Amino acid sequence: MPSLSFDIAHLLAGSMLVLSFVLLYQDRITAVLNVFALQAIALALSVAWQAIAQDAPHLLVTAVVALVVKGFIVPTALHRIVRRLKIHREIEQVIGGGPTMLTGLGLVALSILLVEPVKEGVNVLTREDLAFALAVILLGLLMMITRRNAVTQIVGFMSLENGLVLAATGAKGMPLVVEFSVAFSILIAFIVFGVFIFRIRERFDTVDVGALDRFRGERRDSQ
Amino acid sequence: MALMRDLGLQFVQMFLVVTIAPLVLGVTRKVKARLLRRVGPQLLQPYRDLWKLMHKEAVIATNASWLYRVAPYTIFAVTWVAAALVPTYATGLLFSWSADLIAIVALLGTARFTLALAGLDVGTAFGGIGSSREMMIASLAEPAMLLIVFTVALVAGTTQLSTIADIFISAPPGLRVSLGLALFALMFVGIAENARIPIDNPATHLELTMVHEAMVLEYSGRHLAMIEAAAALKLVLYFSLIACLFLPYGMATIDKGEAALVVGIVSYLAKILVLAVLLPIGEMSVAKMRVFRYPAFLGGAFAAAALAVFLLFVSRGF
Repeated sequence: MPSLSFDIAHLLAGSMLVLSFVLLYQDRITAVLNVFALQAIALALSVAWQAIAQDAPHLLVTAVVALVVKGFIVPTALHRIVRRLKIHREIEQVIGGGPTMLTGLGLVALSILLVEPVKEGVNVLTREDLAFALAVILLGLLMMITRRNAVTQIVGFMSLENGLVLAATGAKGMPLVVEFSVAFSILIAFIVFGVFIFRIRERFDTVDVGALDRFRGERRDSQ
Repeated sequence: MALMRDLGLQFVQMFLVVTIAPLVLGVTRKVKARLLRRVGPQLLQPYRDLWKLMHKEAVIATNASWLYRVAPYTIFAVTWVAAALVPTYATGLLFSWSADLIAIVALLGTARFTLALAGLDVGTAFGGIGSSREMMIASLAEPAMLLIVFTVALVAGTTQLSTIADIFISAPPGLRVSLGLALFALMFVGIAENARIPIDNPATHLELTMVHEAMVLEYSGRHLAMIEAAAALKLVLYFSLIACLFLPYGMATIDKGEAALVVGIVSYLAKILVLAVLLPIGEMSVAKMRVFRYPAFLGGAFAAAALAVFLLFVSRGF
C-alpha cells in the first residue's frame, strides 16, 4: 500500500503529463497559453511537494522560480505577444490531431519502457518521476514538431523544459546554481524567441513557419 | 429461507432500476428546463408518456420485417439485464457473480447492434444515416470503454463489479490519477452512449444532427415506449456504474441487515440524484458538436483511458 506522500507526488507528476496531452490536443492559441501556465503551476506544486517530502528546502526556491517565471511571467508575455500579433483568436491547424495523440501515447509507453529496467538502488518515486519527466520532454518535442505556429512551438519548448526540471528534482535535488542558470537561459531563450517572432512576422506577414519552407524553395506544391 | 431473502434482494435491485429510470429522465429534463428559465414538464411526465405510448396504436410500415417488431423488446430486455446487474445499493447479491464489466459492455453492444439493424430495416434514409452514425460513435466509444475496464481491473484485480465495489469500500485505493482519468473517460463515453448534448441532442428532431432519434423515427406506440424506456434505463445504468466504481460508499456489503439496506438505498438514490442534476448542467454549458468532431471528442476519452492504464504500469513498478 503506497503512502500518502507517494500518492500526492504521483498525482502532481501525473497531472503534468495529462496537461502535456491537453497542450498537444488544444488548438486555440490563448487556451494553449493558459494550459501551459497551468502546467507550470503543477510543476511548482510538484517540486514544492518534493521539497517537503525529501526535506530539501532549496527545492522550494526552484518551485518559486518555476511558479513566478513559467507560471506568470512567460504566459503573460506570450499573451501580450499574441495580442500584438492579432492572432489571439486564431485556431491553429494541428497536423493530424488523431495520429498526434496516438504518437503521444506511444511516446509515453516508450518512456515507461525505458525507465522500467532501472531497478537497483532507486526508489519507486524517483523512477516514476523519471518516467513522467521523460514523457513530458518527448511530448514537448512532439508538440514542437507538429505545430506550425511559432508561438505554440515556443510553448512546446517551454513545456519540454518543465519536464527537465521535473526530472532534476525527482533525482535527489540539483544544485541551486544549475537551477538558476537553467531558469535564466530559459528567459533569455524566450526573449530571443520573442524577437525572432517579430522578425518572422515583419518579413513574411505571418508567424506560420510553413512560410519559411516556401521561402527556402521547399514544398512549393503545398501552398 | 435465506435463499428466498437473497432472491428478494436481487429482485428489489432489478425493479429499483426500472422504476426510477423514467424519474431520473424527468429530473434531468426539469433541471435543464429550469436552467433555460422554462417551467419544464413535471417530474412524473416520462411515466405518463410511457403510459400514453403503451395505449396507442403501433403503426408498422408495410415492408417491415419481423426484426422491426422484435427489436424494441430485445433492446429493452438486454438493457434491463445489464442495468439490473450493476450493483446499486448492495454488493454480493445472488446474481453478482455474473455482473462482469465486460459482460455488461457486451450486453450494451448487443442492444446497440439490434437498434442499428432496426433502424436499417424499413429502408428509410433517416434510419440509415442514424444507424451509420451510431456505429461510428460505437466504434470510437467501445475501445475507450474497454480501456476503462482494464484500468479498474488493474487497480482492483478483477472485472467483477460487486467485488470491485467491495474492494474499494474496504481498502480505499487513495489518490490515483488513473482512477480520475478513468472517471473522466467514463463520463465522456457515457455522454456519447446516451446521446447527450455534445454528441447528440435527445430533445431535437433536426435531421442534420440527430443520431438516436433518427434510428427510432419510424417507431410508434408500444414499440416506441419500449425503446424510450430502454434509453432511460441505459442512463440509469451509466449513473449506477459511475456510482458503483467511483463512489461506492454507503453500499451494504457483508452486513445485510435492514439498517444497512436502508442506508444503501438512500445513498444510492442520493448519488443518482446528484448525477442527474450534474448532467444537464454539464450539457447546458457546452455546444453541440459537428459530426466530424466526434472522433476528437471520443479520441480524448480514449487517450485519457490509455494514459490511465500506462500510469498504473508506472506506479505498480514492475
